Amino acid sequence: MRPSTTRLLNILVPVKRAVDYAVKIRVNPQQTGVDLNVKHSMNPFDEIAIEEAVRIRERLPKGSEPVTITALTIGPPKSVETLRTALAMGADAAFHIELPETAPAPEPLGVAKAVQAIIEKQLNSVDMVILGKQSIDDDLGQTGQMLAGLLDWGQATYASKVDLDLEQKNAVITREIDGGLEQVCVKFPLIVTTDLRLNEPRYASLPNIMKAKKKAVTKLTPADLGVSFKPQMEVIKVTEPPKRVGGTKVESVDELVEKLKAAGFTAVS
Amino acid sequence: MYRNSMLRPLGSLRALRSTTRARPFSSSIPRLDGVKPLDVLTDEEEMIRETVQRFANEVVKPRVREMDENERMDPEIIKGLFEQGLMGIETSAAHGGSESSFTSAIIAIEELAKVDPSVSVLCDVHNTLVNTVIRKYATETQKEKWLPLLATEQLGSFCLSEAASGSDAFALQTKAQKVGNDYVLNGTKMWITNSYEASIFLIFANIDPSKGYKGITCFIGTKDMGIEIAKKEQKLGIRASSTCTLNFDDVKIPAENIIGGEGQGYKIAIEILNEGRIGIAAQMLGLAQGAFALSVPYTYTRNQFKQPIGTFQGMAFSFAEAATQIETAKLLTYNAARRKEAGLSFVKEAAMAKWWASKVAQEVSGNAIEWMGGLGFTRETGVEKFWRDSKIGAIYEGTSNIQLQTIAKFIQKDFSSASVISEPSI
Repeated sequence: MRPSTTRLLNILVPVKRAVDYAVKIRVNPQQTGVDLNVKHSMNPFDEIAIEEAVRIRERLPKGSEPVTITALTIGPPKSVETLRTALAMGADAAFHIELPETAPAPEPLGVAKAVQAIIEKQLNSVDMVILGKQSIDDDLGQTGQMLAGLLDWGQATYASKVDLDLEQKNAVITREIDGGLEQVCVKFPLIVTTDLRLNEPRYASLPNIMKAKKKAVTKLTPADLGVSFKPQMEVIKVTEPPKRVGGTKVESVDELVEKLKAAGFTAVS
Repeated sequence: MYRNSMLRPLGSLRALRSTTRARPFSSSIPRLDGVKPLDVLTDEEEMIRETVQRFANEVVKPRVREMDENERMDPEIIKGLFEQGLMGIETSAAHGGSESSFTSAIIAIEELAKVDPSVSVLCDVHNTLVNTVIRKYATETQKEKWLPLLATEQLGSFCLSEAASGSDAFALQTKAQKVGNDYVLNGTKMWITNSYEASIFLIFANIDPSKGYKGITCFIGTKDMGIEIAKKEQKLGIRASSTCTLNFDDVKIPAENIIGGEGQGYKIAIEILNEGRIGIAAQMLGLAQGAFALSVPYTYTRNQFKQPIGTFQGMAFSFAEAATQIETAKLLTYNAARRKEAGLSFVKEAAMAKWWASKVAQEVSGNAIEWMGGLGFTRETGVEKFWRDSKIGAIYEGTSNIQLQTIAKFIQKDFSSASVISEPSI
């Protein structure tokens, strides 16, 4: 009887339905936000998160205990499309915390509390939560960190490389920080947030899209989990950045210095 | 009494109106019985559209110019199509395919054509002609053998036309003589798409010329049986799609490779080309949209006489007409596809879709060049390629005149009748 050192690895990946990265954003007439009547897709950093979970599964040696990848999203009925993409990319099952169409968008603290509730109430055990470092609509970059705080788990954010050691039950993660790259070792269970260079997400191939139809999506309400998404922040005003004004050509260095002085640059004398 | 009879239906309508919320700008009552507009797709079909769109933009787009200039399909693209499951779209999962709908195949062909009609026709012929023949007419054993290969690794080709038989397909001359348990094929096929890269060939040959077209039989053969690529055509458009002359010089094919039975070839060919027509319509539709999407945004950035040229009324009206034409081609194509899926008659609709979409493609892509002016005339932007690619739409898989003839036959059947009293009274 071989003592098995690898056990079922459970990975949870929250994903968000956000405005597609290629859309040209326009501020709405009321100046309270952007025009949301545009193409939406999965937040690109969340795609990287799903991809990493699937690659972790593929990197494990043959014969290891299976890895379960669960996707999760919070949003109106349309958000289920994002879960279908996650399932088509390789997630096994998904949770949809459904909000009404008119509900305000959840904020990081609310999301973190909901993910915590899912972990504590709905899933057997979670070894790892992989999230995108930020979403490209709000760019807040807080959810992963808040979740780690609520759960009191270790965290490694802005990951560009993830290596798991299932025997030691920890992970060595390379983080992209301002000064360069930092390596941290974090014990299970842990939170990871993905940065751009972690991986390049796969396309959901046709057979996988069709297989995803049969995978389970469990619908929940905030009440089922005992969480509230009441906003803590109020957006006062949203405006476009000032339009770029064309530059001018100068004939000589002296003219350049004159113009800089006139513009108030005191560093030139 | 007139008003009384009017009031009753209105009364019930009012009751309905009070419970359903009026939508903005519409006072009509929303339909509640699940009938959807033609351009609303299922969730899976939308996902397939997105995934093919991404593949087309990220993998195909960077290679389009080079493939066109060199008249050669990049093997990486064929490999990518197989990896994405786009080469067995309707094939069952048990046979290694994606088990999706016919409309899904149409959408994949459309999305590929928005970027490169050459790649689109490769995928179209493989799916709607080769795969479908096997799925519909082959025995279980043959399906087990060929469908997985076609879905996962080997490109297929459909060999019907010859130098002396195009529209008059059943005047084909290639003969298949029975010798023991094999058939020996002799003849030449011409204008065969995919043939340069293909490993699997559906070949139409006559096993008994004395029976005329009733001797035509469909064989499935492989490259290693001795099929010779004699000449690769240099074309005006879809240059990356290989179009070759094939020589069959005593090519031996086992009798077990007959698809659908002896003498069934003409029936198979007619039926399959009716379906394939919708695929070509989708290719032309994608082409028109690709040309439009490439040229129109440019006109809003190109300023002349102190304004973007796209905002001049003449240009704007031209865009509106083109967009409307594209819409007509789209609805014809999608409706033909949906009718086929629903098991309804679709031959007339398929002919209409193919004929019309190829016209729209020519016109829209031609205009797209002019909208871009001199820049449109250079090969650099890729817009002129769409116009060159569109010409074949009126020619292959049934010329426009053949399509019109098909449609006209239906009209004659429907509108001329012995039961109509047509004798003029004096």
